[in-house]
Amino acid sequence: MREGFRQSMAWLHTWSGLLVCWVLFLVFCAGTASYFREEITLWMKPELHASHSAPITNAQAAQTALTALQSKAPDASRWFITLPAERSTALRIGWISPPPKDAPPKTRGKFTSQIIDPLTGEKMPDVRETRGGEFLYRLHFDLHYMPPLWARWIVGFCAMFMLVAIVSGVITHKRIFKDFFTFRPKKGQRSWLDAHNATAVLALPYHLMITYTGLVTLMFMYMPWGIQTAYKGNQESFFADVFPSAKNGKPAGKPMPLTPLQPLLAQAEQRWHGIPAVGITINHPGDANATIQIRRQEEKGLNYIQPSVQFNGVTGALVSADNEDIGGANATRGVLYGLHIGHFANPLLRVLFFLCGLSGCAMVATGALLWAVKTRQGYAKKLAAGGRVGFGLRLVEALNIGAIAGLPIAFAAYFWANRLLPVAMPKRPDAEISWFFIAWGVAAVLAQIRPDRRMWQWQLWAGALLFMGIPVLNVFTTSSHLGVTLFMAQGPWSVAGFDLTVLALGIALALAAWHLGRKKKAPKKAGKQHPQETSEAGLQEAA
Amino acid sequence: MNLNPALRYRLAVASRALAAIGGGYALSAVAAALLALVLPMQPAEAVITATLLSFIVFCCAVLWVFAARTAWRAWGGIVAPGVVLGAGLLIVTMMQRSAS
Repeated sequence: MREGFRQSMAWLHTWSGLLVCWVLFLVFCAGTASYFREEITLWMKPELHASHSAPITNAQAAQTALTALQSKAPDASRWFITLPAERSTALRIGWISPPPKDAPPKTRGKFTSQIIDPLTGEKMPDVRETRGGEFLYRLHFDLHYMPPLWARWIVGFCAMFMLVAIVSGVITHKRIFKDFFTFRPKKGQRSWLDAHNATAVLALPYHLMITYTGLVTLMFMYMPWGIQTAYKGNQESFFADVFPSAKNGKPAGKPMPLTPLQPLLAQAEQRWHGIPAVGITINHPGDANATIQIRRQEEKGLNYIQPSVQFNGVTGALVSADNEDIGGANATRGVLYGLHIGHFANPLLRVLFFLCGLSGCAMVATGALLWAVKTRQGYAKKLAAGGRVGFGLRLVEALNIGAIAGLPIAFAAYFWANRLLPVAMPKRPDAEISWFFIAWGVAAVLAQIRPDRRMWQWQLWAGALLFMGIPVLNVFTTSSHLGVTLFMAQGPWSVAGFDLTVLALGIALALAAWHLGRKKKAPKKAGKQHPQETSEAGLQEAA
Repeated sequence: MNLNPALRYRLAVASRALAAIGGGYALSAVAAALLALVLPMQPAEAVITATLLSFIVFCCAVLWVFAARTAWRAWGGIVAPGVVLGAGLLIVTMMQRSAS
């Protein structure tokens, strides 16, 4: 596009990055939060905090769950049991009830899911309904208010732009190693470039990995052409080769009692050398064609594909053992996928992933700001003569505020809603999500009306106060606030960790907002550049 | 052509964007389709390998489009390998059909 290879790549880097940066910022923020999906969900269900540490064996939990399912859903076509594990300690049951007789054919049965007491099998009383971390996880690739298929294409499109932006950014870079150690603060555009370089280069392998592996997670949807030719378009037979799983046959219609679960569980765990099971699926329970699938917990390996075994549900005979011997390419895909979701990570590594994710947020944010600062300089003469900035710059500046300062407000509003809405409210999960989008919508619209330094300051303060207020709010609304979890050392530690993290993020936002206000009082000429500079300081600290 | 330079520039950018996004996707799709057939592995493994590689093809194609000196060269760099791979795909599918 320009004279010289490097200049062309710089052009490509600028535009491929800018065009999709706001969506990418959302994806990065929500994706980063998703590393602690289970912990966020636990935090959002304070009723479960007390029962957190009751130890129970897998066999006991499975038996309780089975008894509960037999009494609650004897007619279901499928039963699901999710056993307590390291990060998600709740015992969860689910079932698919058969569609009503008069329903049109192909109607799918309704899925119901409950968290039950692992000792009594009763539904946990008054556990508030919430999507928890699951909402943030879905948000990062399914977005919201639109069919997931569209959202995945949009996110995939943006991810491809991101991949191009990263590779062309690396090519553009003359002194990649030196820039890593360079930061020239308070120099306007220069500082922004340095901040962008530092956040990008610091975690470059991570950024490259997370973008490519993100595409890999949905690659059969984005790029189905290999399946088209090699399998003549028969996706089902391809997936049967790649993901051997419970063959869900038809019910025989002949009632037969289900084989006891515990010996199967013991057999499966013995097969996996003591690594416990995490999930059990029972197809057609009580039918002659019943099958039982048991899935293994994720081991500390990179591959996300975990072995499972399938038993005959009546005789208890082993039908098949799947995913024990995976081909090279599929294992590669499994590792790439596993790297993206990071389930293998121990708590320390998980924190490191989280920090890398935050640096990704900062990279996207600083890049967006850098464009605005640079373009504004092009208007310097015009502005000095009393002119106005162009439509494009105004739009970008407003979108920057709405995304970078507005999104933290939305996240905080989601957590506040979780604590403030009545526990027994109907459609509670939807109401929480509405708070997220209403808060974000208000921030984004205000930013469009008045995209200036004041708006940066207001929104950063709003985000800061809301985030810092969460641990305080906890004191009044729960009995598992920092005073209990941290100072009385009663745990759960993940809940304390959540409170400390939002506190730190709130302080970072407050520092950014405070810095912004201080800058304004100082008599400086290049006024408009500073808001962005300071908000970046906050992001840097957050990272 | 007697277009003014600004419009000409915009058209050139639009043309390259089309070549990069549409052309790049088409090229990587054909590459995935062909590789899935010819890689010497089990079918499922070949499909996965081909699909994993296709995103790298896509990325390189986009870089090429914007690095090329003229828009014609940019398009040429997408169409030429696309035609070669497409012909390969046609031959391989025909061979498979006659073999079965």
